[in-house]
Amino acid sequence: MAVEQLEKFTVTIDGIPVQVEPGTSILNAARQIGGDIVPPAMCYYSTLEGSGGKCRTCLVKVSKGSEKDPRPMPKLVASCRTNVMDGMEVQNITSTEVLDARKSIVEMLLINHPLDCPVCDQAGECKLQDLSYEHGVEQTRYEFERRTFERIDIGDKIQLHMNRCILCYRCVYVANQLTEGRQHGVMYRGDHAEISTFIEKAVDNDFIGNVIDVCPVGALTDKTFRFKSRVWFTKPVDAHRDCPTCSGQVTLWYKGEEVLRVTGRKDEYNEVHDFICNTCRFDKKRTSDWVLDEPTKLDKESVITANHYNTFQPIPVIKNNPELQEANEEQLARTERLK
Amino acid sequence: MARKLLLTHIDVPGINTLEVYRQKGGYRAVEKALKSMSPDDVLEEVKKSGLRGRGGAGFPTGMKWSFLAKPEGVARYLVCNADESEPGTFKDRYLMTHIPHALIEGMIVSSYALGTATSYIYVRGEMMPQIRILEQAIAEAKNAGLLGKNILGSGYDLEIFVHPGGGAYICGEETALLESLEGKRGNPRIKPPFPAVSGLYGCPTVVNNVESIASVVPIINDGGDEYAKIGIGRSTGTKLISAGGNLRKPGVYEIELGLPVEEFIYSDEYCGGIADGKRLKAVVAGGSSVPILPANLILKTSTGESRLMSYESLAEGGFETGTMMGSGGFIAFDEDQCIVRNTYNFTRFYRHESCGQCSPCREGTGWMEKILYNIEHGQASPQDIDLLWDIQRNIEGNTICPLGDAAAWPVAAAIRHFRDEFEWHINNPQEAQTKNFGLAHYADPLAPLAE
Amino acid sequence: MLSVKENLIVNFSAELLKSFTEIVSRYPEGKQKSALLPILHLVQEEYGWVSTDAMDKVASFLSIQPVEVYEVASFYTMYFLEPRGKYNLEVCRTGPCCLVGAERIMKYIEDKLGVKEGEVTEDGLFSWRGVECSAACGYGPVLQIGPEYTYYENLTEEKVDQLISELKQKVQNT
Repeated sequence: MAVEQLEKFTVTIDGIPVQVEPGTSILNAARQIGGDIVPPAMCYYSTLEGSGGKCRTCLVKVSKGSEKDPRPMPKLVASCRTNVMDGMEVQNITSTEVLDARKSIVEMLLINHPLDCPVCDQAGECKLQDLSYEHGVEQTRYEFERRTFERIDIGDKIQLHMNRCILCYRCVYVANQLTEGRQHGVMYRGDHAEISTFIEKAVDNDFIGNVIDVCPVGALTDKTFRFKSRVWFTKPVDAHRDCPTCSGQVTLWYKGEEVLRVTGRKDEYNEVHDFICNTCRFDKKRTSDWVLDEPTKLDKESVITANHYNTFQPIPVIKNNPELQEANEEQLARTERLK
Repeated sequence: MARKLLLTHIDVPGINTLEVYRQKGGYRAVEKALKSMSPDDVLEEVKKSGLRGRGGAGFPTGMKWSFLAKPEGVARYLVCNADESEPGTFKDRYLMTHIPHALIEGMIVSSYALGTATSYIYVRGEMMPQIRILEQAIAEAKNAGLLGKNILGSGYDLEIFVHPGGGAYICGEETALLESLEGKRGNPRIKPPFPAVSGLYGCPTVVNNVESIASVVPIINDGGDEYAKIGIGRSTGTKLISAGGNLRKPGVYEIELGLPVEEFIYSDEYCGGIADGKRLKAVVAGGSSVPILPANLILKTSTGESRLMSYESLAEGGFETGTMMGSGGFIAFDEDQCIVRNTYNFTRFYRHESCGQCSPCREGTGWMEKILYNIEHGQASPQDIDLLWDIQRNIEGNTICPLGDAAAWPVAAAIRHFRDEFEWHINNPQEAQTKNFGLAHYADPLAPLAE
Repeated sequence: MLSVKENLIVNFSAELLKSFTEIVSRYPEGKQKSALLPILHLVQEEYGWVSTDAMDKVASFLSIQPVEVYEVASFYTMYFLEPRGKYNLEVCRTGPCCLVGAERIMKYIEDKLGVKEGEVTEDGLFSWRGVECSAACGYGPVLQIGPEYTYYENLTEEKVDQLISELKQKVQNT
């Protein structure tokens, strides 16, 4: 029996058309195309309902609303929370306005972020590091003291380093959606807003360890892995076990024979689809606990395997447009340097 | 005397009570609407009136109402936004304090038009006295059969509840207000969906300002066409203006839209001129978020025409030489006021009120405040002005809600029109601590536009 | 940051619980969380501030998580998460009030009470703070005192003197 397919929408992003299901966000449509035209996302997380819209790094320009109503949207929109319309045309890296705005968002995200990458466990797999490398400028114009908080342990396995937090709210969604009875949240407001339990209390729940995996920066880190190794010296291997609580589908991070840490399996956008339980994450650190599947597929240019970043491969329209070349100046310069 | 629609009986003793309010013709609109009009008839009159939202955005109220989704079997809500907190604006407090029944009557008629069974008035928490006054007025109306089951035998049931806020300017943004009404942090929602489709508890919802809702009463009493005859062009009806700052007679005035700004400031019927016989330096015409204008540009447009108190005339010239009607918070600055200090003050306000959800607003408002503090306190360098300009530009348009724009615009306008005062502060750090830049050339007649 | 330094164990009276229930009834079935802001106001009116224990008990009354209450109470400026003076003078410090002397009045209050913003006088009677726009710009400078949030408008140094001595008198008389 033929199932009637919903009519697909055609959306064009940076001149590249793609057909997607109605209800798809611009960001996910771009991910279907892949490559440099995919907007960066610091707060959106496809497996966490309601996430997105906050960090503003994925802003894009809708230059044509739809076939029916071709008017452009008056402001840049968050591509993670704006759904495509049939005939929509979107500009990401082909819009100087977008690149300009993105650069400024990166600057904003960094003004209060500590420059402690050399001692941060997240270094090498930090999305903010990638973002600032790929979209930021090299010098800060911020000349004031950075906002600081005390470092606290929320539970015996998770450390909260609020100075590094960019308030993406992902960990709050994890606690809401994966655990019963959220125990931490966002306190206060404005630039005083902070992730906290408010009172001294261990956050305790079978699935709370997933806050570590969803954190785009080094604000929530695994205490059992603390200072054990830089991630690029570890070898990730996919493994599974028969776990009564979760899917048991994990990545083991080896250094030599030793499993230094266990995480959920992340896709190319750094998202975990099968969240894992705390037992798998914190308590199963012997190879004998696991059935090994295969070495984790990493982008061959990932910092974890190759120790350097992706190079920027400009789409033809940029090569032929001096204005866009200027807007993509930093990206192009890095490609030159890395050659 | 100009025509008044909302404040006609403001000076009548006891007008805050149901009895006196009714003696003065109060609740006629409820009787007329519920007994002789269909909800769509009411909507039609509001559309015809051309009434534009009085909270700041100026969006046509009738059109907003017509967007309300009406799925079968799903509750709908009307929420009155009485979270008045825009610096310079205090008209809603005035209306609720003195004629609470004008709001209640408007709520009943509007709720009827929208088909809601429960409506809320979200009042900022600091207005405890007004909350008590409104609760009293609701109780009176209920006793008189104007609220509750089967109002005036029409078969229409309605309950109205007052909900106090907790102290947050951001809750004046309609989706933050709805979050707050649901007992959450006042984080604005990401739109779409808009409240007309998914608002309070996920149900279709209309959020309207106090003055907008109160204006529905005269619209129903006299008809939308009559209302539309007042005012000028697309600025129909009357508007409450909160006049503050260095005016001889600050206070709330009801004006017919289209009144010349000059007349509003200087005539004895309104503000009576600048206090202490000083000269006017600048005006913020519509609450702290709208661009500040120097005296010469607020009195005349760049084309040399007299500037009027209307949505269009105040906006004449765009942000280059114009401003906005906003919420009608009219703040006058005399010749001794310091624009830098005021810009710092406003920016500190926005930083304090940012909810912290999105990065440009959370980080940018604090950054601007720090730079402005340095300029005000003689610790800045000349390039700080350009940096400030850049930051405000990077906030504007890039945030989840309009608070980002509201924080950016005052800074942009201050630099645009008063750049030399900023430069003077930076170049004369010592002097700037003890004296002000003064009136300078800000009231000089404008040079005629070059062809 | 763990911000709780002091706690106050509370036991809501039957009367207070009855008011809570009445407030909950204003909202649809299952939407009792809506009552959170008004209930926190009542708690503060009763105890002068909102302690962690009070918040935990409000959470339990509304069948929500304690953290949901902490998040809300710390977001809004009206809820005191630590004790204040019996009379907390809140002076509007936003633009329009500053045009007519609010900064002078704040300085005067600071000197007169001898305590800095946010601190409490030794006798526990007074504290003060600057607050953002009180929507009374035409009558500035203004200050407000909870829990009734009575407004004192067009302030001068003399009016502040008079207000403070009246409040002291009021305490002595009770």
